[in-house]
Amino acid sequence: MLVRERITSTGIHAVLIAYSLLALFPLALIVINSLKSKKAIFRDPVGLPVGEAFSWKGYASVLTNSDFPLYFGNSLIVTCVSLFLILLFGAMASHALSEYRFPGDTFLGLYLILGIMVPIRLGTVALLQLVVDLNLANTLTALILVYTAQGLPIAIFIFTEFLKSVSREIKDSARIDGLSEYRIFFEVVVPLVRPVIATVAVFSMIPIWNDLWFPLILSPGEETRTVTLGVQQFIGQYTVNWGAVLASLSVAILPVLIMYVIFSKQLIRGITSGAVKG
Amino acid sequence: MATLELSGIKKSFGAVEVIHGLDLQVKDGELIVFVGPSGCGKSTMLRMIAGLEKVTEGVISIGGKRVDHLPPALRGIAMVFQSYALYPHKNVRGNLGFALKHAGVPQSEIDERVNTAAEILELAPLMDRKPRELSGGQRQRVAIGRAIVREPDVFLFDEPLSNLDAALRVHMRVEILKLHQRLGSTMVYVTHDQVEAMTLADRIVVFRDGQVEQVGTPLELYRNPVNTFVAGFIGSPAMNFLRADTDGNSVRIGGAHLCELNSSAGELQLGIRPEHLTLNEDGALKGVVSVFEHLGGESFVHVELPDKQTLVAKLDGELSFAPGEQCTLAIKPSQCHVFDMQGRKIVPNTHAMV
Ligand SMILES: Nc1ncnc2c1ncn2[C@@H]1O[C@H](COP(=O)(O)OP(=O)(O)OP(=O)(O)O)[C@@H](O)[C@H]1O
Ligand SMILES: [Mg+2]
Repeated sequence: MLVRERITSTGIHAVLIAYSLLALFPLALIVINSLKSKKAIFRDPVGLPVGEAFSWKGYASVLTNSDFPLYFGNSLIVTCVSLFLILLFGAMASHALSEYRFPGDTFLGLYLILGIMVPIRLGTVALLQLVVDLNLANTLTALILVYTAQGLPIAIFIFTEFLKSVSREIKDSARIDGLSEYRIFFEVVVPLVRPVIATVAVFSMIPIWNDLWFPLILSPGEETRTVTLGVQQFIGQYTVNWGAVLASLSVAILPVLIMYVIFSKQLIRGITSGAVKG
Repeated sequence: MATLELSGIKKSFGAVEVIHGLDLQVKDGELIVFVGPSGCGKSTMLRMIAGLEKVTEGVISIGGKRVDHLPPALRGIAMVFQSYALYPHKNVRGNLGFALKHAGVPQSEIDERVNTAAEILELAPLMDRKPRELSGGQRQRVAIGRAIVREPDVFLFDEPLSNLDAALRVHMRVEILKLHQRLGSTMVYVTHDQVEAMTLADRIVVFRDGQVEQVGTPLELYRNPVNTFVAGFIGSPAMNFLRADTDGNSVRIGGAHLCELNSSAGELQLGIRPEHLTLNEDGALKGVVSVFEHLGGESFVHVELPDKQTLVAKLDGELSFAPGEQCTLAIKPSQCHVFDMQGRKIVPNTHAMV
């Protein structure tokens, strides 16, 4: 029996390890090659950055010879502000949908979630027109607004399911304790669904950080480029500074990684335990 | 401390009416228990008193003041929920003091009231723990503490003990009774456990389908149920109901005379409590034992009468019966409850009978 269990567990781990290797291989390749000279990249793409092959040049050109820090900052601002707005409005809308009964609530719920099925890129032309009309072209605000709209439906979808499961009695007991509906949301409901907030944050963050489409169309200006767009400057018509491209990509992975580490703690932690019977 | 008056309360969810006009006066300091089967509207009524549901029609007054338009926090009530409903991210002290802190009570007074409540409920060693680090009974004590701290006029309990195991439930029941004696507050307690109802209540309100069937002290309900529903709900094991008939002055089951009654001839139902049946060779109820349950101190004998009706008798624990054995039971005429076929009591007071 024990032997069999061990075999099963070894099998599971083998599959998981194989999958991890597969998923991590391209990432590793980017990081390894970002630390090599251009020649070495082409001579031996999978070789390790040791000895002659090693070179800081990519990072040096990224950090000194370009506006990379500016792009990086733009990306951070856009991602963080959009994320904040998505989480705030998404959670509040879902709370309203799951907690209150009002005329048209089912319709409103469906309407808010419908966005999942409509690819926002289809509306690019109209969006661009709108942004220009609002004098928001080449601003980070334009990106933030679009990303918030893009992230809300899926956020509301996930939040609504979870907020419905928050015990009604806890909210009622807060009501009896005299909290206003806003404070019930912020002081009772939000702490209860922190793991869900973290999940939605990770889900919403990655497409925003990695997006190339909207920065290219809505704010390609020198001052408002994001990292993904900024990287393009190293890809010239005739030459490509591969060291710099790979170095900037490596640096761009960092914030996502950091955010993931922060949120993953929450992802795992079941904070509700003990609140209600269970 | 205050009286609680409900008059003409109706409640509808959409087109469905779940409470059909309810009147009740709760005296100052009274512990009143709502009992009834699942879905009969007990929680809904309690939530309306708390202000968590709007009343569709009717007036609720606490201490003579009309409150049904006020938000929960201003009604002078506190509520304890079945699932405890503690704030999971606050420790016990935080949970106890939350309402007061929110109401802007000075910190020194919060500390004093929290400490008093903790002392009453023996929570002092647990003050820095989070709810998830407490046992079920401890969590429920914190929930009760949270209600005490607010010093309400009326305490509302919605099945506070039904998540606890049997032993703890008995213990907490006594705790609640002690608490009521100590604070002397008006309390409304919802349960579907009739033992809880009998032991705790000053008066019991029996609900069925959004209507009050009977209000009275536990003994009144036990001795004088107005219909078969109340009779079957109060008492454990439940009352036996037997089909009987009468010629106008003698009630008989399968020809055997049981008690006397002045009424028109016809069919009726006879209610007999298991604990009122005795073993007696000369008894009127002869039958065959079908099941015998031994509980140690007492035993339940299920007897099948010749006309295929069965009844349960609660007898001495020293006895022993084998299935198939003959058994003859007797009942005092004064302990028979007579109901018509619609389940309404026929004679208001059985003790008046011979
Ligand atoms: N929010 C609601 N919307 C619609 N119907 C409801 C709502 N809340 C309760 N009801 C209905 O009202 C009736 C009474 O429910 P209630 O919760 O008061 O029963 P209860 O006596 O407390 O039962 P239990 O012993 O199971 O707790 C039920 O038929 C229930 O389906
Ligand atoms: Mg209920």
